[in-house]
Amino acid sequence: MMLRIAVLEADFDAGAELARLNLPGAGGVGSFIGVVRDSGGLAALHLEHYPGMTERAVTKIAKQAAARWPLLGCTVIHRVGRLAPGENIVFVGASSAHRDAALQAAGFLIDWLKTKAPFWKREEFVSGASAWVAAREADDAAALGWR
Amino acid sequence: MRVLYFAWLREKIGVAEENIEFPPQVKNVAALIDWLRARGPGYAAAFAEQKLVRCAVDQEFAGPETAIAGAVEIAFFPPVTGG
Repeated sequence: MMLRIAVLEADFDAGAELARLNLPGAGGVGSFIGVVRDSGGLAALHLEHYPGMTERAVTKIAKQAAARWPLLGCTVIHRVGRLAPGENIVFVGASSAHRDAALQAAGFLIDWLKTKAPFWKREEFVSGASAWVAAREADDAAALGWR
Repeated sequence: MRVLYFAWLREKIGVAEENIEFPPQVKNVAALIDWLRARGPGYAAAFAEQKLVRCAVDQEFAGPETAIAGAVEIAFFPPVTGG
């Protein structure tokens, strides 16, 4: 299986990532892109991570997806640093012979990424104030739904 | 041992990482947290609400009972909020 994992400050090219997942034998590519929501008053999100553990944790999540569905390829790209409203945060994609596996794997990847990969978000508001984002129980519930 | 702090734990403690030698009776994550809390007000504030603190031992998620003997790197951080 092709496994592509990247943590970067620069933006990603979603079209190029989708094309990369169009692998021999593929019947479909499922994907999800997370973007910074423009909720009034937000100036930017600051994303930080735990270098080393991030790659390990994301590899583990991708391998779990590959164990559950017959995947040909799997891509997880997560940005870090200061991201303005509307900017891309994360790309997950999965490629398989059939759409069910591709779509379900993409959902699994983003749900587990939100609960098992060491990233943290801090909100910077136009007022100058700043606050760390608290974890959502709904995210834990979504991830556990895959058990 | 290398100890890392992320997000608001780093802000409260005031450093991102440090090398710590702790006494041999500090055998697991829970004991290490108790020992760290006594180091100063920043540590006490960071670990005040332990249900908001997560830990990784050698880059794997760890619980309070996880042994730390022989570990190279221990990290403390809030529940993750990526994606």
